[in-house]
Amino acid sequence: MTRLQAGERHRIRFTLNGAAAHGEAEPRMLLTDFLRQQIGATGTHVGCEHGVCGACTVTVDGMIARACLTLAVQIEGCDIRTVEGLAPAPGRLSILQEAFKRHHALQCGFCTAGILMSLDHFLRERLRPTEAEIRDLLSGHLCRCTGYTPIIRAALDAADLLANHRHAEKTDA
Amino acid sequence: MKPAAFDYVRAETLEEALSVLASEGGDAQIIAGGQSLMAMLNTRLANPKTLIDIMRLKELDRIDATPAAVAVGAGVRQRALLGWPPLAEKLSLVALALPWTGHAQTRSRGTICGSIAHADPSAEMPLALLALGGEVHLRSAKRHRKLPAGEFFTGMMSTARSADEMIEAVSFPTLGGARCAFREVARRHGDFAIVACAAVADKAGVRFAVGGVADMAAVRDWPRLDGSALDDALNAFAHELDARDDVHATARYRRDLVRLIGRDLVREVLQ
Repeated sequence: MTRLQAGERHRIRFTLNGAAAHGEAEPRMLLTDFLRQQIGATGTHVGCEHGVCGACTVTVDGMIARACLTLAVQIEGCDIRTVEGLAPAPGRLSILQEAFKRHHALQCGFCTAGILMSLDHFLRERLRPTEAEIRDLLSGHLCRCTGYTPIIRAALDAADLLANHRHAEKTDA
Repeated sequence: MKPAAFDYVRAETLEEALSVLASEGGDAQIIAGGQSLMAMLNTRLANPKTLIDIMRLKELDRIDATPAAVAVGAGVRQRALLGWPPLAEKLSLVALALPWTGHAQTRSRGTICGSIAHADPSAEMPLALLALGGEVHLRSAKRHRKLPAGEFFTGMMSTARSADEMIEAVSFPTLGGARCAFREVARRHGDFAIVACAAVADKAGVRFAVGGVADMAAVRDWPRLDGSALDDALNAFAHELDARDDVHATARYRRDLVRLIGRDLVREVLQ
Protein backbone atom coordinates (compact mmCIF):
# COMPACT_ATOMS: atom_id res chain seq x y z
CA MET A 1 0.00 0.00 0.00
CA THR A 2 1.28 3.45 -0.86
CA ARG A 3 -0.01 6.42 1.12
CA LEU A 4 0.76 9.86 -0.26
CA GLN A 5 0.24 12.58 2.33
CA ALA A 6 -1.91 15.62 1.63
CA GLY A 7 0.01 18.86 1.35
CA GLU A 8 3.25 17.18 0.35
CA ARG A 9 4.68 16.85 -3.10
CA HIS A 10 5.35 13.39 -4.38
CA ARG A 11 7.54 12.30 -7.25
CA ILE A 12 5.64 10.86 -10.20
CA ARG A 13 7.32 8.90 -12.98
CA PHE A 14 5.50 8.22 -16.22
CA THR A 15 5.92 8.14 -19.98
CA LEU A 16 4.88 11.21 -21.94
CA ASN A 17 4.47 10.73 -25.68
CA GLY A 18 6.97 7.88 -25.66
CA ALA A 19 9.67 9.53 -23.54
CA ALA A 20 10.35 8.96 -19.84
CA ALA A 21 9.16 11.91 -17.76
CA HIS A 22 8.80 12.83 -14.11
CA GLY A 23 7.46 15.62 -11.96
CA GLU A 24 6.12 16.37 -8.51
CA ALA A 25 2.54 16.72 -7.39
CA GLU A 26 0.39 16.89 -4.28
CA PRO A 27 -2.37 14.25 -4.19
CA ARG A 28 -5.01 16.85 -5.03
CA MET A 29 -3.30 18.05 -8.22
CA LEU A 30 -5.23 17.34 -11.41
CA LEU A 31 -3.45 15.81 -14.39
CA THR A 32 -4.29 18.94 -16.41
CA ASP A 33 -2.41 21.23 -14.01
CA PHE A 34 0.41 18.71 -13.60
CA LEU A 35 1.01 18.50 -17.35
CA ARG A 36 0.81 22.23 -17.88
CA GLN A 37 2.49 23.62 -14.76
CA GLN A 38 4.94 20.94 -13.66
CA ILE A 39 5.87 19.37 -16.99
CA GLY A 40 5.39 22.45 -19.18
CA ALA A 41 3.27 20.54 -21.70
CA THR A 42 0.69 23.23 -22.38
CA GLY A 43 -0.92 21.58 -25.41
CA THR A 44 -3.57 20.02 -23.15
CA HIS A 45 -6.13 22.75 -22.51
CA VAL A 46 -8.13 23.42 -19.36
CA GLY A 47 -11.79 24.22 -19.97
CA CYS A 48 -14.56 23.37 -17.54
CA GLU A 49 -12.53 21.37 -14.98
CA HIS A 50 -15.40 19.04 -14.23
CA GLY A 51 -15.46 16.63 -17.12
CA VAL A 52 -17.97 18.26 -19.44
CA CYS A 53 -16.12 20.13 -22.21
CA GLY A 54 -13.47 17.62 -23.33
CA ALA A 55 -10.73 20.22 -23.97
CA CYS A 56 -8.29 18.33 -21.70
CA THR A 57 -8.72 14.90 -23.35
CA VAL A 58 -5.54 12.77 -23.33
CA THR A 59 -4.87 9.03 -23.35
CA VAL A 60 -3.77 7.09 -20.25
CA ASP A 61 -2.40 3.61 -21.04
CA GLY A 62 -4.32 3.71 -24.31
CA MET A 63 -7.61 4.74 -22.66
CA ILE A 64 -9.15 8.00 -23.74
CA ALA A 65 -9.51 10.15 -20.62
CA ARG A 66 -10.41 13.56 -19.30
CA ALA A 67 -7.22 14.89 -17.70
CA CYS A 68 -9.35 17.07 -15.38
CA LEU A 69 -11.01 13.91 -14.00
CA THR A 70 -7.65 12.27 -13.41
CA LEU A 71 -5.26 12.93 -10.55
CA ALA A 72 -1.58 13.35 -11.30
CA VAL A 73 -0.79 10.72 -8.64
CA GLN A 74 -2.94 8.18 -10.51
CA ILE A 75 -0.65 8.19 -13.55
CA GLU A 76 2.41 6.80 -11.76
CA GLY A 77 4.00 4.36 -14.21
CA CYS A 78 1.40 5.04 -16.93
CA ASP A 79 1.83 5.81 -20.61
CA ILE A 80 0.38 9.30 -21.25
CA ARG A 81 -0.19 10.70 -24.70
CA THR A 82 -1.12 14.29 -25.36
CA VAL A 83 -1.65 16.48 -28.41
CA GLU A 84 2.08 17.25 -28.49
CA GLY A 85 2.65 13.63 -29.53
CA LEU A 86 0.44 13.67 -32.63
CA ALA A 87 2.75 15.35 -35.16
CA PRO A 88 5.23 12.86 -36.68
CA ALA A 89 8.10 15.39 -36.67
CA PRO A 90 8.69 19.07 -35.93
CA GLY A 91 7.14 21.13 -38.70
CA ARG A 92 4.99 18.25 -39.95
CA LEU A 93 1.37 17.56 -39.13
CA SER A 94 -0.37 14.20 -38.80
CA ILE A 95 -2.93 13.16 -41.41
CA LEU A 96 -5.72 14.11 -38.99
CA GLN A 97 -4.16 17.49 -38.17
CA GLU A 98 -3.70 18.23 -41.89
CA ALA A 99 -7.35 17.40 -42.47
CA PHE A 100 -8.36 19.82 -39.69
CA LYS A 101 -6.33 22.53 -41.40
CA ARG A 102 -7.78 21.78 -44.84
CA HIS A 103 -11.39 21.75 -43.65
CA HIS A 104 -11.12 24.73 -41.29
CA ALA A 105 -12.11 22.42 -38.45
CA LEU A 106 -10.98 24.95 -35.88
CA GLN A 107 -11.27 28.64 -35.28
CA CYS A 108 -10.09 29.67 -31.82
CA GLY A 109 -8.48 26.27 -31.26
CA PHE A 110 -9.36 25.98 -27.59
CA CYS A 111 -11.26 22.69 -27.90
CA THR A 112 -9.04 21.35 -30.69
CA ALA A 113 -6.38 19.58 -28.63
CA GLY A 114 -9.00 17.41 -26.94
CA ILE A 115 -10.96 16.71 -30.11
CA LEU A 116 -7.78 15.69 -31.95
CA MET A 117 -6.91 13.27 -29.14
CA SER A 118 -10.38 11.67 -29.20
CA LEU A 119 -10.40 11.34 -32.99
CA ASP A 120 -6.82 10.08 -33.17
CA HIS A 121 -7.66 7.37 -30.61
CA PHE A 122 -10.94 6.50 -32.35
CA LEU A 123 -9.49 6.32 -35.87
CA ARG A 124 -6.82 3.89 -34.72
CA GLU A 125 -9.55 1.41 -33.78
CA ARG A 126 -12.22 2.21 -36.33
CA LEU A 127 -11.06 2.01 -39.91
CA ARG A 128 -14.14 3.22 -41.80
CA PRO A 129 -16.34 5.10 -39.33
CA THR A 130 -19.75 6.45 -40.22
CA GLU A 131 -20.72 10.07 -39.75
CA ALA A 132 -23.09 8.97 -36.96
CA GLU A 133 -20.23 7.30 -35.08
CA ILE A 134 -18.12 10.44 -35.35
CA ARG A 135 -21.01 12.60 -34.15
CA ASP A 136 -21.49 10.25 -31.23
CA LEU A 137 -17.80 10.51 -30.33
CA LEU A 138 -17.90 14.31 -30.61
CA SER A 139 -20.80 14.44 -28.14
CA GLY A 140 -18.03 14.25 -25.55
CA HIS A 141 -16.64 17.62 -26.65
CA LEU A 142 -17.85 21.19 -26.74
CA CYS A 143 -16.84 23.50 -29.61
CA ARG A 144 -18.45 26.94 -29.68
CA CYS A 145 -16.86 28.15 -32.94
CA THR A 146 -17.32 25.68 -35.76
CA GLY A 147 -20.79 24.22 -35.33
CA TYR A 148 -19.00 20.84 -35.61
CA THR A 149 -19.70 20.35 -39.34
CA PRO A 150 -16.14 21.12 -40.50
CA ILE A 151 -14.79 18.85 -37.74
CA ILE A 152 -16.93 15.98 -39.01
CA ARG A 153 -15.78 16.63 -42.59
CA ALA A 154 -12.15 16.65 -41.49
CA ALA A 155 -12.60 13.43 -39.48
CA LEU A 156 -14.25 11.59 -42.40
CA ASP A 157 -11.58 12.83 -44.80
CA ALA A 158 -8.79 11.77 -42.44
CA ALA A 159 -10.46 8.37 -41.95
CA ASP A 160 -10.46 7.81 -45.74
CA LEU A 161 -6.83 8.85 -46.06
CA LEU A 162 -5.77 6.69 -43.11
CA ALA A 163 -7.63 3.67 -44.47
CA ASN A 164 -5.96 4.08 -47.89
CA HIS A 165 -2.63 4.68 -46.21
CA ARG A 166 -2.92 1.44 -44.25
CA HIS A 167 -4.11 -0.43 -47.33
CA ALA A 168 -1.09 0.88 -49.29
CA GLU A 169 1.24 -0.17 -46.48
CA LYS A 170 -0.15 -3.69 -46.60
CA THR A 171 0.08 -4.08 -50.38
CA ASP A 172 3.62 -2.63 -50.50
CA ALA A 173 4.75 -5.24 -48.03
CA MET B 1 -12.58 23.90 -9.56
CA LYS B 2 -9.71 22.20 -7.75
CA PRO B 3 -10.14 19.49 -5.12
CA ALA B 4 -9.39 20.28 -1.48
CA ALA B 5 -6.44 18.47 0.06
CA PHE B 6 -6.64 14.74 0.81
CA ASP B 7 -4.31 11.80 1.40
CA TYR B 8 -4.12 9.42 -1.53
CA VAL B 9 -3.87 5.69 -0.84
CA ARG B 10 -2.98 3.34 -3.67
CA ALA B 11 -4.26 -0.01 -2.45
CA GLU B 12 -2.44 -3.11 -3.60
CA THR B 13 -4.81 -5.61 -1.98
CA LEU B 14 -8.50 -5.55 -1.19
CA GLU B 15 -7.71 -6.04 2.51
CA GLU B 16 -5.65 -2.84 2.52
CA ALA B 17 -8.48 -0.85 0.99
CA LEU B 18 -10.98 -2.29 3.48
CA SER B 19 -8.74 -1.67 6.50
CA VAL B 20 -8.30 2.01 5.57
CA LEU B 21 -12.08 2.29 5.06
CA ALA B 22 -12.64 0.65 8.47
CA SER B 23 -10.20 2.89 10.32
CA GLU B 24 -11.19 6.15 8.64
CA GLY B 25 -14.83 5.37 7.93
CA GLY B 26 -16.76 8.37 6.72
CA ASP B 27 -13.63 10.43 6.09
CA ALA B 28 -12.32 8.06 3.43
CA GLN B 29 -13.77 7.44 0.02
CA ILE B 30 -13.08 4.82 -2.63
CA ILE B 31 -12.09 6.09 -6.05
CA ALA B 32 -12.39 3.71 -9.00
CA GLY B 33 -12.76 5.24 -12.49
CA GLY B 34 -13.45 8.60 -10.84
CA GLN B 35 -15.75 9.88 -13.58
CA SER B 36 -18.40 11.03 -11.11
CA LEU B 37 -16.30 11.42 -7.99
CA MET B 38 -13.61 13.60 -9.57
CA ALA B 39 -16.25 16.10 -10.71
CA MET B 40 -17.62 16.09 -7.13
CA LEU B 41 -14.10 16.67 -5.76
CA ASN B 42 -13.34 19.44 -8.24
CA THR B 43 -16.56 21.26 -7.34
CA ARG B 44 -15.98 20.40 -3.65
CA LEU B 45 -19.33 18.70 -3.28
CA ALA B 46 -17.24 15.84 -1.87
CA ASN B 47 -14.44 16.53 0.63
CA PRO B 48 -12.92 13.25 1.78
CA LYS B 49 -9.79 13.31 3.95
CA THR B 50 -8.51 10.18 2.24
CA LEU B 51 -9.01 8.80 -1.23
CA ILE B 52 -8.48 5.05 -1.69
CA ASP B 53 -7.66 4.09 -5.27
CA ILE B 54 -8.76 0.51 -6.04
CA MET B 55 -7.99 0.45 -9.76
CA ARG B 56 -4.73 -1.47 -9.34
CA LEU B 57 -6.56 -4.42 -7.73
CA LYS B 58 -6.66 -7.04 -10.45
CA GLU B 59 -9.13 -9.20 -8.49
CA LEU B 60 -11.83 -6.54 -8.89
CA ASP B 61 -11.45 -6.37 -12.67
CA ARG B 62 -13.59 -9.40 -13.47
CA ILE B 63 -16.93 -10.30 -15.02
CA ASP B 64 -18.37 -13.59 -13.70
CA ALA B 65 -21.24 -15.05 -15.67
CA THR B 66 -23.50 -17.89 -14.53
CA PRO B 67 -26.70 -18.89 -16.34
CA ALA B 68 -28.69 -16.87 -13.77
CA ALA B 69 -26.67 -13.67 -13.39
CA VAL B 70 -23.65 -11.65 -14.44
CA ALA B 71 -21.52 -10.26 -11.60
CA VAL B 72 -19.50 -7.20 -12.57
CA GLY B 73 -16.53 -6.41 -10.31
CA ALA B 74 -15.71 -2.97 -8.94
CA GLY B 75 -12.75 -2.62 -11.30
CA VAL B 76 -14.69 -3.25 -14.52
CA ARG B 77 -14.84 -0.16 -16.65
CA GLN B 78 -18.01 0.70 -18.57
CA ARG B 79 -16.21 0.36 -21.87
CA ALA B 80 -15.01 -3.12 -20.91
CA LEU B 81 -18.54 -4.33 -20.15
CA LEU B 82 -19.82 -2.74 -23.36
CA GLY B 83 -17.14 -4.66 -25.26
CA TRP B 84 -17.81 -7.95 -23.45
CA PRO B 85 -18.93 -10.28 -26.28
CA PRO B 86 -21.87 -12.04 -24.49
CA LEU B 87 -23.37 -8.77 -23.19
CA ALA B 88 -26.23 -8.40 -25.68
CA GLU B 89 -27.22 -12.04 -25.29
CA LYS B 90 -26.97 -12.19 -21.47
CA LEU B 91 -27.99 -8.66 -20.47
CA SER B 92 -29.79 -7.02 -23.35
CA LEU B 93 -31.06 -4.17 -21.14
CA VAL B 94 -27.52 -3.25 -20.07
CA ALA B 95 -26.38 -3.48 -23.70
CA LEU B 96 -29.13 -1.01 -24.66
CA ALA B 97 -28.62 1.41 -21.75
CA LEU B 98 -24.85 1.50 -21.37
CA PRO B 99 -24.12 3.47 -24.58
CA TRP B 100 -26.18 6.27 -22.97
CA THR B 101 -23.94 6.39 -19.89
CA GLY B 102 -21.70 9.41 -20.34
CA HIS B 103 -19.53 9.63 -23.44
CA ALA B 104 -16.86 7.39 -24.97
CA GLN B 105 -14.33 9.63 -23.22
CA THR B 106 -15.81 8.87 -19.76
CA ARG B 107 -16.91 5.24 -20.34
CA SER B 108 -13.28 4.36 -21.03
CA ARG B 109 -12.42 5.20 -17.39
CA GLY B 110 -15.71 5.06 -15.48
CA THR B 111 -16.80 1.81 -13.83
CA ILE B 112 -20.19 0.11 -13.59
CA CYS B 113 -19.98 -0.18 -9.78
CA GLY B 114 -18.89 3.45 -9.48
CA SER B 115 -22.04 4.54 -11.27
CA ILE B 116 -24.10 2.39 -8.89
CA ALA B 117 -22.26 3.81 -5.85
CA HIS B 118 -22.79 7.39 -7.05
CA ALA B 119 -26.57 6.73 -7.36
CA ASP B 120 -27.41 9.67 -9.58
CA PRO B 121 -31.19 9.71 -10.08
CA SER B 122 -30.82 10.09 -13.85
CA ALA B 123 -28.06 7.50 -14.32
CA GLU B 124 -28.66 4.45 -16.51
CA MET B 125 -26.87 1.72 -14.54
CA PRO B 126 -28.88 2.20 -11.31
CA LEU B 127 -32.02 2.15 -13.47
CA ALA B 128 -30.97 -1.07 -15.21
CA LEU B 129 -30.01 -2.73 -11.91
CA LEU B 130 -33.40 -1.85 -10.40
CA ALA B 131 -35.37 -2.89 -13.48
CA LEU B 132 -33.63 -6.28 -13.58
CA GLY B 133 -33.88 -6.79 -9.81
CA GLY B 134 -30.12 -7.03 -9.36
CA GLU B 135 -27.99 -7.09 -6.23
CA VAL B 136 -25.17 -5.02 -4.79
CA HIS B 137 -22.34 -6.99 -3.17
CA LEU B 138 -21.03 -4.96 -0.25
CA ARG B 139 -17.90 -5.77 1.66
CA SER B 140 -16.23 -4.37 4.74
CA ALA B 141 -13.27 -5.60 6.77
CA LYS B 142 -15.78 -7.52 8.94
CA ARG B 143 -18.49 -8.82 6.67
CA HIS B 144 -19.97 -9.46 3.24
CA ARG B 145 -23.58 -8.75 2.46
CA LYS B 146 -25.73 -8.59 -0.63
CA LEU B 147 -28.50 -6.03 -0.90
CA PRO B 148 -31.25 -6.07 -3.52
CA ALA B 149 -31.08 -2.94 -5.68
CA GLY B 150 -34.47 -1.86 -4.30
CA GLU B 151 -32.99 -1.68 -0.80
CA PHE B 152 -29.61 -0.29 -1.82
CA PHE B 153 -30.82 2.96 -3.36
CA THR B 154 -32.34 5.19 -0.70
CA GLY B 155 -32.61 8.59 -2.39
CA MET B 156 -30.80 11.17 -4.47
CA MET B 157 -27.13 10.12 -4.47
CA SER B 158 -27.71 8.23 -1.25
CA THR B 159 -27.50 4.51 -0.64
CA ALA B 160 -27.64 1.95 2.16
CA ARG B 161 -23.86 1.45 2.02
CA SER B 162 -22.22 1.96 5.42
CA ALA B 163 -19.16 4.17 5.70
CA ASP B 164 -16.86 1.16 6.19
CA GLU B 165 -18.23 -0.73 3.17
CA MET B 166 -17.30 -0.74 -0.47
CA ILE B 167 -19.09 -2.21 -3.44
CA GLU B 168 -17.15 -5.29 -4.46
CA ALA B 169 -19.44 -6.18 -7.38
CA VAL B 170 -22.97 -5.81 -8.67
CA SER B 171 -24.92 -8.65 -10.20
CA PHE B 172 -27.46 -8.31 -12.96
CA PRO B 173 -29.91 -11.24 -13.37
CA THR B 174 -30.12 -12.57 -16.90
CA LEU B 175 -33.83 -13.46 -16.43
CA GLY B 176 -33.51 -16.22 -19.01
CA GLY B 177 -33.28 -13.74 -21.85
CA ALA B 178 -36.52 -11.90 -20.98
CA ARG B 179 -37.49 -9.23 -23.48
CA CYS B 180 -36.16 -5.81 -22.51
CA ALA B 181 -36.47 -2.32 -23.93
CA PHE B 182 -34.81 0.99 -23.09
CA ARG B 183 -35.24 4.57 -24.23
CA GLU B 184 -33.86 7.86 -23.02
CA VAL B 185 -34.45 11.51 -23.76
CA ALA B 186 -31.56 13.90 -23.06
CA ARG B 187 -30.60 17.26 -24.51
CA ARG B 188 -27.58 15.64 -26.10
CA HIS B 189 -26.60 11.99 -26.27
CA GLY B 190 -24.53 11.26 -23.18
CA ASP B 191 -25.88 14.14 -21.11
CA PHE B 192 -27.95 13.49 -18.01
CA ALA B 193 -31.32 11.95 -18.81
CA ILE B 194 -34.42 14.14 -18.71
CA VAL B 195 -36.30 10.85 -18.67
CA ALA B 196 -34.89 7.32 -19.04
CA CYS B 197 -37.20 4.31 -19.15
CA ALA B 198 -36.70 0.56 -19.09
CA ALA B 199 -39.22 -2.23 -19.53
CA VAL B 200 -38.66 -5.91 -18.77
CA ALA B 201 -41.17 -8.66 -19.56
CA ASP B 202 -41.71 -11.34 -16.92
CA LYS B 203 -44.06 -14.28 -16.52
CA ALA B 204 -46.72 -12.26 -14.74
CA GLY B 205 -46.53 -9.23 -17.01
CA VAL B 206 -44.12 -6.36 -17.15
CA ARG B 207 -41.80 -4.35 -14.94
CA PHE B 208 -41.43 -0.70 -15.90
CA ALA B 209 -38.74 1.58 -14.47
CA VAL B 210 -38.22 5.32 -14.81
CA GLY B 211 -35.10 7.38 -14.06
CA GLY B 212 -34.41 11.11 -14.22
CA VAL B 213 -37.77 12.18 -12.78
CA ALA B 214 -37.94 11.36 -9.06
CA ASP B 215 -35.02 11.56 -6.61
CA MET B 216 -34.18 7.98 -7.51
CA ALA B 217 -35.23 5.53 -10.20
CA ALA B 218 -38.67 4.05 -9.55
CA VAL B 219 -40.16 0.71 -10.54
CA ARG B 220 -43.68 -0.66 -11.02
CA ASP B 221 -44.77 -4.23 -11.68
CA TRP B 222 -47.89 -4.64 -13.74
CA PRO B 223 -49.81 -7.60 -15.16
CA ARG B 224 -50.13 -7.75 -18.96
CA LEU B 225 -51.77 -4.40 -19.64
CA ASP B 226 -52.92 -2.88 -22.87
CA GLY B 227 -55.11 -0.11 -24.18
CA SER B 228 -56.67 2.25 -21.67
CA ALA B 229 -55.63 0.11 -18.67
CA LEU B 230 -51.99 0.63 -19.66
CA ASP B 231 -52.55 4.34 -20.26
CA ASP B 232 -54.18 4.68 -16.83
CA ALA B 233 -51.36 2.81 -15.09
CA LEU B 234 -48.74 4.95 -16.84
CA ASN B 235 -50.59 8.15 -16.06
CA ALA B 236 -50.89 7.25 -12.38
CA PHE B 237 -47.19 6.31 -12.26
CA ALA B 238 -46.18 9.55 -14.01
CA HIS B 239 -47.99 11.57 -11.33
CA GLU B 240 -46.67 9.45 -8.46
CA LEU B 241 -43.11 10.29 -9.54
CA ASP B 242 -43.68 13.84 -8.31
CA ALA B 243 -41.80 15.45 -11.20
CA ARG B 244 -40.55 19.01 -10.74
CA ASP B 245 -39.80 21.80 -13.16
CA ASP B 246 -36.11 22.48 -13.66
CA VAL B 247 -33.80 24.14 -16.16
CA HIS B 248 -33.85 21.06 -18.43
CA ALA B 249 -37.59 20.34 -18.66
CA THR B 250 -40.94 21.02 -17.06
CA ALA B 251 -42.66 18.48 -14.83
CA ARG B 252 -45.46 18.22 -17.35
CA TYR B 253 -43.05 17.41 -20.19
CA ARG B 254 -41.46 14.71 -18.05
CA ARG B 255 -44.89 13.17 -17.33
CA ASP B 256 -45.67 13.26 -21.06
CA LEU B 257 -42.42 11.43 -21.79
CA VAL B 258 -43.12 8.79 -19.16
CA ARG B 259 -46.58 8.14 -20.67
CA LEU B 260 -45.46 8.11 -24.29
CA ILE B 261 -42.22 6.18 -23.90
CA GLY B 262 -43.87 3.87 -21.39
CA ARG B 263 -46.60 2.87 -23.78
CA ASP B 264 -44.09 2.13 -26.55
CA LEU B 265 -41.73 0.13 -24.37
CA VAL B 266 -44.39 -1.92 -22.55
CA ARG B 267 -46.01 -2.83 -25.85
CA GLU B 268 -42.63 -3.69 -27.32
CA VAL B 269 -41.70 -6.16 -24.58
CA LEU B 270 -45.18 -7.69 -24.32
CA GLN B 271 -45.52 -8.31 -28.05
